[in-house]
Order: sequence, then C-alpha cells, then structure tokens
Amino acid sequence: MARPVPALTLLLTLAAPPALAEEIGDAEQGATLFDRQCKACHQIGEGASHRVGPKLNGLFGRRAASLADFDYSKSMARMGSDGLTWTLETLDAYIENPRELVSGTRMNYPGLKDPTSRADLMAFLRDWSDKPRDIPEAEPTALKTTPELTPETPALKGDPDYGEYLSSECRTCHQADGSDQGIPSITSWPTEDFVVAMHAYKKKLRPHPVMQMMAGRLNDEEIAALAAYFATLE
Amino acid sequence: MLNRRIFLGSGIAASALLTAPTVWGQARPKVVVIGGGAGGATAARYIAKDSDGAVEVTLVEANPIYTTCFFSNLYLGGFREFESLQHGYDKLAGGGVAVINDMATAVDRTAKTVTLAGGTVLPYDRLVLSPGIDFKDGSVPGWSLDAAEIMPHAYKAGPQTRLLKAQVEAMPEGGVFAMVAPPNPYRCPPGPYERISMVAHLLKEKNPTAKIIVADPKDKFSKQALFEEGWQTHYDGMVDWIGPEFGGGNVEVRPDTMEIVIDGDVTKVDVCNVIPGQMAGKIAALAGVTDDSGWAPVHPDSMKSKLDENVWVLGDSSAQGDMPKSGFSANSQAKVAAMTVRGELTGSKTFPAKYSNTCWSLIAPEDGVKVGASYEPTPEKIASVESFVSATGEDAALRKATYEESLGWYAGITADIFG
Repeated sequence: MARPVPALTLLLTLAAPPALAEEIGDAEQGATLFDRQCKACHQIGEGASHRVGPKLNGLFGRRAASLADFDYSKSMARMGSDGLTWTLETLDAYIENPRELVSGTRMNYPGLKDPTSRADLMAFLRDWSDKPRDIPEAEPTALKTTPELTPETPALKGDPDYGEYLSSECRTCHQADGSDQGIPSITSWPTEDFVVAMHAYKKKLRPHPVMQMMAGRLNDEEIAALAAYFATLE
Repeated sequence: MLNRRIFLGSGIAASALLTAPTVWGQARPKVVVIGGGAGGATAARYIAKDSDGAVEVTLVEANPIYTTCFFSNLYLGGFREFESLQHGYDKLAGGGVAVINDMATAVDRTAKTVTLAGGTVLPYDRLVLSPGIDFKDGSVPGWSLDAAEIMPHAYKAGPQTRLLKAQVEAMPEGGVFAMVAPPNPYRCPPGPYERISMVAHLLKEKNPTAKIIVADPKDKFSKQALFEEGWQTHYDGMVDWIGPEFGGGNVEVRPDTMEIVIDGDVTKVDVCNVIPGQMAGKIAALAGVTDDSGWAPVHPDSMKSKLDENVWVLGDSSAQGDMPKSGFSANSQAKVAAMTVRGELTGSKTFPAKYSNTCWSLIAPEDGVKVGASYEPTPEKIASVESFVSATGEDAALRKATYEESLGWYAGITADIFG
C-alpha cells in the first residue's frame, strides 16, 4: 500500500511541466519488434502501402477505420464511427489485446503483453506519425492515467443468478438470437474477452457512450457475474 | 420445462378439483398484468420465463396486435412500413403467458380481482399495471377526443398514426401543418420534435413550400439543440417553433374551421396535430393507485405502488422520479418489477434495482441522435446517475451509425418485449 500523498504535493506533481515527462520507449527496439511481429501484414514509412493490414503512417490522432482505400472489418468500422481514435492509450490497449478494444477485429495477433515492448513499438510508430511532438505529453498521445486492471480482476468468479438479472439490461438492445444489425452481437462471447471489453468501456477506452454508461456503473463483481451468466448460455 | 413447477398434493380447494385439468394452475400464485406494451408485455414475459412455470401469468391487453408508439414517427416520415410497428402476442402465449384480448374495466384491490369488459373476473395475488397514458380533458381548449378524427393526436400508435400521415400527404401545395406540443410530463420527450423532423422530411420531398408551426407551452425541450441544428441544416425556414415566450402556451384550436389560435392570432391550417396533456392510463386511476398529479407513485427500488403493496405500476403511468416516459424506460422498469414480483411469490433471489434509458431520434435520412442515462433508486425517487447526449456538429458517419444502432435497438427491444 502506498502512503497517502499530502494534497499539496500531489498538486505540485500534477502541475509539473511536460518537459519532465519520460520518453515513452526505445524506438530502435520498437523497429526491431515491428520487423519481427508486424511487418508481415503492415507497412510503415516512406512508400508504405496497404497489405493485409492498413499502412501505419500517421497513425496517432487518426480515427479508427478512417482510410477510405482500406477495407476494414465491420467491427473496426463500427468502432471508428463510434469515435475510436488512435492515441497512445487506445493503441496500447489494442496492441496488448486487440479484442479488448475491437471485438471482431481481423488483426490476427495474440497481443503483446510486455508493457515495455509495447512502449518501444509505439515509440517507433510515433516516428512515422504527423504529431510526434505531442508525445507523450498531450492528446492524441498522452500517457495513460487510468488504473490498470489487476491480474485478479478477470479471474473473479461471479454469481450467475445476479448475472442473469443484470443481463436483462443488455437484452434491451442486444438480441438473444445473435443478430448484429446496427448493434453488435454479444452471444458466444468468450468470458475473458467479455470481461476485458467491459473494463475497456468502463475506462472509456472504447468510445460508445451507451456502453460507457452501462459498463461504467458495473463493479468488478457485477462484470464477473455477467460473464458467469453468459458462460452458461450455449 | 415442468421440473420446477410447484404441485401441491393436498389442500387444493374444491373448486380447483372440479376443473381437474387446471389443477396445477390453481395451485400456483397468480399475477395479472394489465397492458401489453413495453412495460406490461416485458413484465409478463420475464415473470413467466424466469419462474419457469411456478407463477401463473395472465396478460390483459385490448389489442390483439400491438402497434409500438416508438418508431411510429419513422412511419410518418416514410422510413418504416406501418406493419413493421406491429407485434402479436403468440410468442408470449407460447412462453407460458395467458393472453386475454379484452379491456380491464375495474380493479377491486380488497378482493384482489380484475374485471374485464367481457365480464370475466380475474383473481390475482400480485397485479402489474402498465396501461400507458390517457389524455387530460380540457388540456387544449377547443379539442376533445371527439375531435381526434379531425385533429389527430397520433400519440397512441394505431389508426391515429395512419390518419395523421394521410392528412400530411393530402396537404395542398404550400399548406400549413400545425402541432400543439404537450406540457410536461408526457410520453416520449423527444417524440413531438422527431415528429416535426419526419413531417418536414416528407414535406421537403413532396411539398417543399409547405410550412410547419409548433405551439409549445414549454420553454425548452428534449434534444433541443440537436433538433434545432437539424431543422436548420435539413429544413431551413420550414419550421417555426413558438415557445411560451411568444404565446406558444396560450393556444386554442377550432376543429370545425381548421384554425389554431396562438396568443390571439388566428391561423388557418391544413393539418393540426394536437398532443394534449397526459395522465396515467385510466385503469390506474380506477384502481385508485394514482395521486393528484394523475400519475401513480411507486417505490423507486421495486416499481411497487406506494398505495398498495400487491400492485406494481410500470412505464408511462408511474411517477418514479427522473426517468423519462419511454418504451425503453418501461422495459427497464419491467425487469425490476418482474424480479421483485417473482421474489415475493417464489422466494427467488432479488438484487438491487438498476434502471436505464436511451432514446434515439431521427432528424433526417441517416441523421440519428440519441440521449440516455442510467438510474438508481434513492429513498425519494429513481435518480439519474450518469447521462449522455449526442453532440451538435457530429460527422455524418457517426449520425449514420447512430441511426443504424436505433434500427438494431428496435429489433432488440421488440424481441425482448414480445419474445
């Protein structure tokens, strides 16, 4: 447990000039990582073009799914129209676990769990963005300030009866038969993906206002209860 | 499906034994639900479904086919077929709800019975009232329900909705459409203004020199900035909204001569849509669960009437606090009611009430907006916890996504209500 910080100290810390902020990562390490893990599908840099995935020049500050000449997944397009914009925070979440942010993404990538490696990779991507000077102090590339999930959170065991009651709220919009016209399907959703997605809304990483509100008032136990209930559905 | 049904082997009343095939039914606690809309049908369906047959649920609804008020404006605008607003009760019946197409005319809270127009008397252990709205007499001088064939309200979906659309389509070139907007509180706060948008859309296509006048007793209304922005963008110069500052609250209508008098000024109109002041559906007053406001006060944590512990009141009829009167709200409240009714009758677990609402409105083709909030019970009322509203100046892609989302919501909520 950290000791309580006296209020005045906290204020001074928050007011510290942005010049003191640390570099987000080692771009050279990031370049190596990019070559090993991303390059098969993505191009970046001079003369980059779309491959399996879109080119990644100018990524920071860009609305998700906003390049007109690339054919995005329905899920990514939906997040884009909902307002998902690539910032250090959202991109970090996406690289860590793509489905946390975009449930139906076509990016077939298991996620990069090591925060230092992600920071290195983003430092490299930043070099090919229009707004490198913004990093890491301000939008769109401000460092995240929201608390991380503790590793225990997704492992909470929920009460399926409570989940059944809570889920009735979901069913006002999300159809039990899995239809996904206009509103995504939430049936057959793997438990862990469900939990991280709800927390991503709760943290407002995912942009949709209705879902931010719905998830925003669910505590960890309630999210676990919902997950436990959904897990009982076929 | 029968495994959790309760069968009482002894102590069955003689009358039950005389009707042997329904012995199980006689042994089960009875819930009667009056009103088969977003509140009542949801409550009936959830009580039957979640109690797995342990509770006998009867739904009383006058119309064999229900027409949703929500999305009926989209029919006016030409975006939906009328039939797409209509829903039957066959899936509820298949899910164990006894559906009776009749009108409830009386509730005896002492004897715990409901009497129907056809003479049937239904006993209940718990009663759920979700009768929607009725109109206050004398709310708009010159207008009464008798005038509704000339100046439609179209605020209970059905023949009135069709009549209003036919009238708009028959307007002469450059004609005038007038709306008398209702005072608070009323069903579907953005509804009148979405309707103005839809009428404007229809006129822009077919009768672009026509004009729209709105006489409004309220100095502000739901999603006002969004509607005003949309009217300017899509229907510039067509809509004249007259608030109370300019006499919008001082209105008289003359159905015989098709005139509207706003603050003393007489205007000849071609269509006059009068949306009167509202109160709880009549059966709520007949049951004696309404107060001086005309609405039925309920406990915020259960939707149970404050005047009778065996009666719940849902949706538009209830006075609960901050939630708007909407289909979404009624559906949300019905789930809390279903949980608490079931808990009392079967001892099933109950949980803290949570409520939510979102209202989508269409301003023009693919230009959708929304407003919503989450709610929790406090000792005094159902209180808003967090809210959001679409912003002015949103890009076309977001507005299109919002509209598409509303279509998904309609499909979702009607499946949730009617099965």
